[in-house]
Amino acid sequence: MAQEGQQHPLNVYFWIWGLLFVLSGFSYMVDYLNFQGMTRWGLILLFMFLKAGFIVAIFMHMKWERLALKFAILLPPIAIMVFIALMSIEGDYTFLTRIEFFGESTFVPEAVHH
Amino acid sequence: MSEAVVSNTGEILPTGTKGVSADFSSDMQSFHVPWGKAMMWIFLLSDTFIFSCFLIGYMTVRISAVDPWPVPSEVFALSFGGDPIPLILIAIMTFILITSSGTMALAVNMGYRKNRKATFWLMIATAVLGASFVGMQAFEWTKLIVEEGVRPWANPMGAAQFGSTFFMITGFHGLHVSAGVIYLVVIARRVRNGFYEKRGGNYEIVEITGLYWHFVDLVWVFIFAFFYLW
Repeated sequence: MAQEGQQHPLNVYFWIWGLLFVLSGFSYMVDYLNFQGMTRWGLILLFMFLKAGFIVAIFMHMKWERLALKFAILLPPIAIMVFIALMSIEGDYTFLTRIEFFGESTFVPEAVHH
Repeated sequence: MSEAVVSNTGEILPTGTKGVSADFSSDMQSFHVPWGKAMMWIFLLSDTFIFSCFLIGYMTVRISAVDPWPVPSEVFALSFGGDPIPLILIAIMTFILITSSGTMALAVNMGYRKNRKATFWLMIATAVLGASFVGMQAFEWTKLIVEEGVRPWANPMGAAQFGSTFFMITGFHGLHVSAGVIYLVVIARRVRNGFYEKRGGNYEIVEITGLYWHFVDLVWVFIFAFFYLW
């Protein structure tokens, strides 16, 4: 298995490194600038997937691996996505049944200390 | 970087989807990478499923919680004498982990160039950054437990489930970071002492260590998004 083949010019890593900082900054901004609703969720997910993608593809070298390894590692997480869909549907159902049977929450939160 | 990959029986393997069938029908091995690399990837895949289970559990519990969920930007804000700055410690922790991924990537590159000294110091730098990350997480935990009274079973700020999901997920992640720090130090010392020179001058172990470390950063990307930002 070629060892020299694992080397790339350092340039690639520095660019992606910088990009990760920028994307993290944007993620932080989503909260700092107080986006709400679908925009907030959409942006959070977008930056998250971009960062994850670059880390896996470049830092973890997946971009240059053979397709068999790519498939073996990246296809099974589709099952995770199915699981997420199932559990979010069930979570919603549980929430609605709780409201239905136990009523709205009467919890009064304490103030957060700093 | 597009040199031909040769199978155990001496044929040049095709790339692309033809390559997938060629690989899976290859003699003796399917993944034409060092076995350590294949095993680390498979381990990371299993770890992905474990963390996904925890995060999906958190999602389910949060969706179904009737009591209000604490707002993370308020809970995790710090004030340095003035107004609380939301999520500042978390931002610093993210910064540190990304920096450590960068030093790790450089270490892998130095390893393949057989520069043992640079590899050693870059791996140590990665480990130090990781250790400081765990330290900050410990500070965060202390603040939540002692000052805010958050417990796995109760939480004065809102839904009782906040504590258990937070401690479970960040705890498992912190454990992985700590294990990674130890792993890094062990391999770094072996690199410096010439352990891998005696075994044929093969520094793939640095890349394999790198895979683990980047995974730890990757999990943090998801925790950061789903726990602290959402």
